[in-house]
Amino acid sequence: MRIKYPYIRGKLWQLWDAAKKQYESPVEAWASIVEDPEKAAIYKSARGHGGMVRVHRAEALELISAMLLYTIKTYGPDRLAGFTPIPAMSMMSYASGARFISLLGGEMLSFYDWYADLPPASPQIWGEQTDVPESADWYNSQYIMMWGSNVPLTRTPDAHFMTEARYHGAKIVAVSPDYAENVKFADNWLAPKPGTDAALAQGMTHVILNEFYQERHEQQFIDYVKQYTDLPFLITLQPSDANPEDFASGRFVRITDIAADAVENGEWKPVLFDGNQGKFVVPNGTIGQRWEDGQPWNLEMKDQNGAEIDPDLSIDADVDVTIDFPTFDNQGNGVLKRHVPAKKMTFMDGSEHYVTTVFDLMMSQYGIKREADDSLAATGYDDVQSCYTPAWQETVTGVKASLVVQVAREFAQNALDTGGKTMVIMGAGINHWFNSDMTYRSIINNLMLCGCEGVSGGGWAHYVGQEKLRPQEGWSTIAFANDWQKGGARQQNGTSFFYFASDQWKYDELDNKALKSPVTKTKHVYDHAADYNQLAIRLGWLPSYPQFDRSSLSFTDKYHTTDLGEISKHVVAELKAGDLHFAAENPDANQNQPKGLFIWRSNLFTSSGKGQEYFMKHLLGAENGLLAKTNDRQKPEEMIWNDETITGKLDLVIDMDFRMVATPMYSDVILPAATWYEKEDLSSTDMHPYIHPFNAAVSPMWESKSDWQQFKALAKTVSNMAKKYYAEPQYDLKTQPLGHDSKAEIAQPMGVIKDWKKGEIDCTPGQTMPSLSLIKRDYTQVYDKFIALGPNARGKVGGEGYTYDVSTEYDELKDILGTFDRGLNEGCPKLDVDKNVCDAILHLSSTSNGHVAAKAWQNAETITGQKLQDISAGRREDQMSFKSITVQPAEAIPTPIFTSAKHDGDRYSPFTVNIERKVPFRTLTGRQQFYLDHEIFQEYGETLANYKPTLPPQVMGPADVAITPDSNELTLRYMTPHGKWNIHTMYYDNLEMLTLFRGGPNVWLSPVDADKAGIKDNDWLEIYNRNGVVTARAVVSHRMPEGSMYMYHAQDMQIQEPLSTITGNRGGSHNAPTQIHVKPTQMVGGYGQLSYAFNYYGPIGNQRDLYVNVRKLKKVNWNED
Amino acid sequence: MWFNNVETKPGVGYPKRWEDEGHYKGGWELNSKGKLQLRAGNKLNKVGLGKIFYNPDMPELDDYYEPWTYDYQTLFGPEKKHQPVARAKSQITGQTMDLKTGPNWDDDLAGSPEYFKQDPNMAKIETDIKANFEQAFMMYLPRLCEHCLNAPCVASCPSGAMYKRDEDGIVLVDQERCRGWRFCMTGCPYKKVYFNWKTNKAEKCTFCYPRIEEGEPTVCSETCVGRIRYIGAMLYDADRVEAAAETPEEDKLYEAQLDLFLDPNDPEVIEQALADGVNEEMIEAAQRSPIYRMAVEEKIAFPLHPEYRTMPMVWYIPPLSPIMNYFEGRDSIKDPEMIFPGIDEMRIPVDYLASLLTGGNLEAIKNALYKLAMMRLYMRAQTSGKDFDVEKLDRVNLTEGTATSLYRLLAIAKYEDRFVIPKSHKEQVEDAQSEQGGLGYDECEGCSLAPQHGSMFKKAEAGESTNQIYAESFYGGIWRD
Repeated sequence: MRIKYPYIRGKLWQLWDAAKKQYESPVEAWASIVEDPEKAAIYKSARGHGGMVRVHRAEALELISAMLLYTIKTYGPDRLAGFTPIPAMSMMSYASGARFISLLGGEMLSFYDWYADLPPASPQIWGEQTDVPESADWYNSQYIMMWGSNVPLTRTPDAHFMTEARYHGAKIVAVSPDYAENVKFADNWLAPKPGTDAALAQGMTHVILNEFYQERHEQQFIDYVKQYTDLPFLITLQPSDANPEDFASGRFVRITDIAADAVENGEWKPVLFDGNQGKFVVPNGTIGQRWEDGQPWNLEMKDQNGAEIDPDLSIDADVDVTIDFPTFDNQGNGVLKRHVPAKKMTFMDGSEHYVTTVFDLMMSQYGIKREADDSLAATGYDDVQSCYTPAWQETVTGVKASLVVQVAREFAQNALDTGGKTMVIMGAGINHWFNSDMTYRSIINNLMLCGCEGVSGGGWAHYVGQEKLRPQEGWSTIAFANDWQKGGARQQNGTSFFYFASDQWKYDELDNKALKSPVTKTKHVYDHAADYNQLAIRLGWLPSYPQFDRSSLSFTDKYHTTDLGEISKHVVAELKAGDLHFAAENPDANQNQPKGLFIWRSNLFTSSGKGQEYFMKHLLGAENGLLAKTNDRQKPEEMIWNDETITGKLDLVIDMDFRMVATPMYSDVILPAATWYEKEDLSSTDMHPYIHPFNAAVSPMWESKSDWQQFKALAKTVSNMAKKYYAEPQYDLKTQPLGHDSKAEIAQPMGVIKDWKKGEIDCTPGQTMPSLSLIKRDYTQVYDKFIALGPNARGKVGGEGYTYDVSTEYDELKDILGTFDRGLNEGCPKLDVDKNVCDAILHLSSTSNGHVAAKAWQNAETITGQKLQDISAGRREDQMSFKSITVQPAEAIPTPIFTSAKHDGDRYSPFTVNIERKVPFRTLTGRQQFYLDHEIFQEYGETLANYKPTLPPQVMGPADVAITPDSNELTLRYMTPHGKWNIHTMYYDNLEMLTLFRGGPNVWLSPVDADKAGIKDNDWLEIYNRNGVVTARAVVSHRMPEGSMYMYHAQDMQIQEPLSTITGNRGGSHNAPTQIHVKPTQMVGGYGQLSYAFNYYGPIGNQRDLYVNVRKLKKVNWNED
Repeated sequence: MWFNNVETKPGVGYPKRWEDEGHYKGGWELNSKGKLQLRAGNKLNKVGLGKIFYNPDMPELDDYYEPWTYDYQTLFGPEKKHQPVARAKSQITGQTMDLKTGPNWDDDLAGSPEYFKQDPNMAKIETDIKANFEQAFMMYLPRLCEHCLNAPCVASCPSGAMYKRDEDGIVLVDQERCRGWRFCMTGCPYKKVYFNWKTNKAEKCTFCYPRIEEGEPTVCSETCVGRIRYIGAMLYDADRVEAAAETPEEDKLYEAQLDLFLDPNDPEVIEQALADGVNEEMIEAAQRSPIYRMAVEEKIAFPLHPEYRTMPMVWYIPPLSPIMNYFEGRDSIKDPEMIFPGIDEMRIPVDYLASLLTGGNLEAIKNALYKLAMMRLYMRAQTSGKDFDVEKLDRVNLTEGTATSLYRLLAIAKYEDRFVIPKSHKEQVEDAQSEQGGLGYDECEGCSLAPQHGSMFKKAEAGESTNQIYAESFYGGIWRD
């Protein structure tokens, strides 16, 4: 299994060898192969079939370099991409390739959103990617729900805290559709039907609002939501599009609506009613104040003039009006009528509006009876007809209403008794769905209502894709080459990239009409998700690389200037005239395709290749099992449709790995990677607060190298080749979306879409479209820059809106690491060996250098006007070095770039800095948001959390390949939860692990379903839908619910996978029957917390709303010819 | 070989249905005179009656499994019509295999329509449990050598190769004396002695005795991520073991075994122990023993299948489990005691646990579960500042003090509290003076890359270099062959 040597695909090697003899220039030799369709097809169609030949490293590097220079020259550097996940686990390995690709001008693809591990609800509610308690904080909880998170299976090292918390007196509740491993140590097991979890949470919300807010007026809860959430803020009521006489909820009221005088950033200052002064005020801490100079930005209960405030949770109503809420179920979309208290206001423009508060809207939505004669409220918990009651949720989830009432009461009462120590551990089980943000928001609503967020032992605890890279400033400086070219790195959201590049958009059968609210109709409406992505690209919400339909290096030549202002004018004009297009509008065009892809630390094509067969067919041109046909009945409006089938878009796939799994088997060049026992690196996680080193126990075996050394060697080859074939410096025009935590997050006010393409507003870079910048690239210098910490690092670093100077630290690094003494990088600290890079990362970061932490808190104090420096004061002298953490791993120093005020032995717990220290959340209101008022959220009925059913069942589409079903074929829900004997594909090839469970691919189903199809335990099955086919053996177990099948995640296709009788080809991995569906609400940008940041926000590559047909595999054919 | 495995219960385990002593004839039974005899027949029987060449009760290959490996090298091979795959190949025959069984085949209730009913405990209990979704439950049973007080493997060995050490009770195989008769495998009702086909010797868990001698815990205990394993010393009266094991009623055997243990704080016990040559460190360790605390004082830990009359010495705390559907949804706000499931409301039937751990003694299991549940309620009251009627602790033989210390032992579970192991007295076994500065490896005939590791040994014999073997077998710290 171990990859010991460099390999190149045999067929490609033959072509390359011949071309090199023919052409003196390797760049021309490469062109002669890839631009000849016949030659290209020869090696691309051989991908995955074996036949790799061993080569010398220099030969492999020469080939890669020729591809790089040819692609950059011909198509532009943004046709090169890199994929590697989860930098926290081995920071330097991630940084190595990212730095190399960033120096070239290629794009790094994000993984957290692509994996669907990113919970979009987190940026939506908190403006925060994900911040969670370390597992030791479970012990501080007194009520823990494990919701879609199988703790002993996927958090094995941490699971003992759960057992211990239980002995400590915590009640444990497991929510899982199957009798999962974690259910064993729960007190209650709730088994909702898969994907209905939001309804369960909403049944709880109903009970909490009714008993703890309406009946008991619990002051502890009320005080919390007044200060730390948007519940007291005012929302306009607008006419309902379902019933003209009714209302629907609209947008936040801003100070500009009601103030006579101009207010700075007034459109970004939402208002509430202050009971103290008896007037509408803007409280401290909104996003408007965040970007207002000289204005302290905090959550003190004061208004902008310093007056003490006491917000009214409920509106001082003039009248109760009838309001329509959208509802969604398997029958279709409905309208729910309720009453809501409202007040009539006259805005400055003379218009009259009813307004209410977010709190009143929620009480109304949940049907809480506030007036005895309210005929539209729920009549009780047993009111089945009234949405969101416990009885209603039972009809959706199948969980007993009485149990939901019990759990809701305990949940809230515990929070009351313990000051918020109620926790929900949540994860992939509920996050990998199309509507997972609705589920998460519904659950988090309960935690916010009970004052649990920002409390040690309480709040959400989301654990999927352990993403907490603690020494962040130093790492990101190096990984994205900001030390040489600040802001020069391209950072592409992975989901959109793969959606377009693997052509899944052309097969997308999801008609968005069915997903929308009947209550609010908006102007910018599309039926196809891809159209929303185009909208997001051109308005600067999401990035889009490959960038334009021409090379990003071509603009200075074309416009004969290197003046960015001039270039911007031309670009705007060309865009408006339709002469210049974003590449994503026509992803099938040759010049718009990604050409080169680097993969390292990842098994992309199977383990994380949602829609594996689309990858195989369109990106790779390899043998595949795709059964779907393109959906030309419903084409996007804003894209060019190409009837031709484009296969094998990628010219060269380079993979670095140490194990022969599917991705290297389907790559063209394999470089042998060092394992984590053969190199130095850094590791951190959200599960504990320590920063760990990796040290080489042995030298890298055979010809393997650490990733840093691998990319360093490549940088040298490519720089040398550039001296001969591409010596002139180039100017790279780079687009950049409107970024979160920059002033661009207040670029597009009021949550209203203004589309320049439709002439609704001017096309202004950085405002109504992506910003533009010009980056100078010199391909002869890539190596010199790669190995040295560039002079820009002697300046400011930061994160989350904070910045601080690290010039001193940069100068210290010169002493610590030594400097180069000649050439371009003269005087720069050396990054030529792995340990140096680790030391540079540690020295420049606030979590690992007490001096930097002090400066970071100082900056935070300046911005917030709150006392904060004491948080890290006790750690001031701590300076971690690679050696010091090798002696003993150290706890990260608390820093404002994360949200825990942990110090003095506290456990890491998120948002404590917001709650205890009154630092605002980075959202529109500066508070945790129950309500999102952007136009697209209104269109989709998701302003408030809502129950939305899973996507409609579909196995084969009407135009797909016709499959004759077997007589007793089953249709089952198909889910791919994380497995017990592997970590993704890691160890799935390992004899011990495979011996521990059944030795090859398997799927789990219930005896009830198995009986229906005559399936016995260990039978071979064929599992298919339009996306592909996988063969696997049956595991029949009564711990599985009827109607669902599990194929545990990342069972790769190179172990024991027979041929499919349907396709005649090798069955795929667990991802063969998957595809992604992208959700338009997650593309919104330029609007407060709904603004892009890399790996932080964007549509998720969800793959769970899927069904398969299951039949017995008639003939087990291995065909090993 | 799987010295130390974890099985899902209900399930058949490894080797399959090892608890079916009617079939495997492991452990002891009482003869017509009420005296202990090995179920499979005693030593004399074997030698005298010439049955030594005939041992029909041993598990067969299929009861374990046919070991396999994969043809990984195919993946680096020549170009093929379809993507190459590594297929399973038998480690015995080298032929491709259609996998039908393995050592953990019924993991997590896998294949339950078939395996659930085959769990031998199912036949012994009265509760009517069906393998359906609504009634689903499962638990994990870690299994290793029980280092029994009345070890049937020792009694079974015709060669006298198996022995129980005086100083620490560890049961070992003398590799020099073992002649490979394998009656120990039959004698052990837990099936925790294995046969090494390379050396033709019996092998078993050594309880990491070299570590124990140094006062360090076994590797499995130290590395247990669940922190569930504890080790401590116990003083017992060896002279009374036989009588205890001859207790007629199966459901009294657990209590009979408890009676053997001596109170390490009792002055008379201490005096006698010292007189018998037990060193002071051992006595102090017994006084601080977490096992004594849990098994004898609090009675929350139990031996596995005491009805085998082996007096096993690995102790298990029975698991709490979720409430059954039927009892869900009551008002725990008005009555906070209802927040946790009642003992009789839990999914794992008490009689199932009793079948595993007490030879059918239901009361003992219930009392343990009550105690654990009461401790949780007490701690919950402490942590949430609620009133608690401490008299309720009395009902389960706890006080505020003992409830807190028991909680501490189970939940805080410091390393020093989990492992109380006295170092051995070296002067009793060697000349400490002359051993000073000795290397300790002089006699070692292969302190290199695990030469006993079967397949590697084979490869080495076939002329492969160590480097090559390493190459094929190692990445990322995980052994494979």
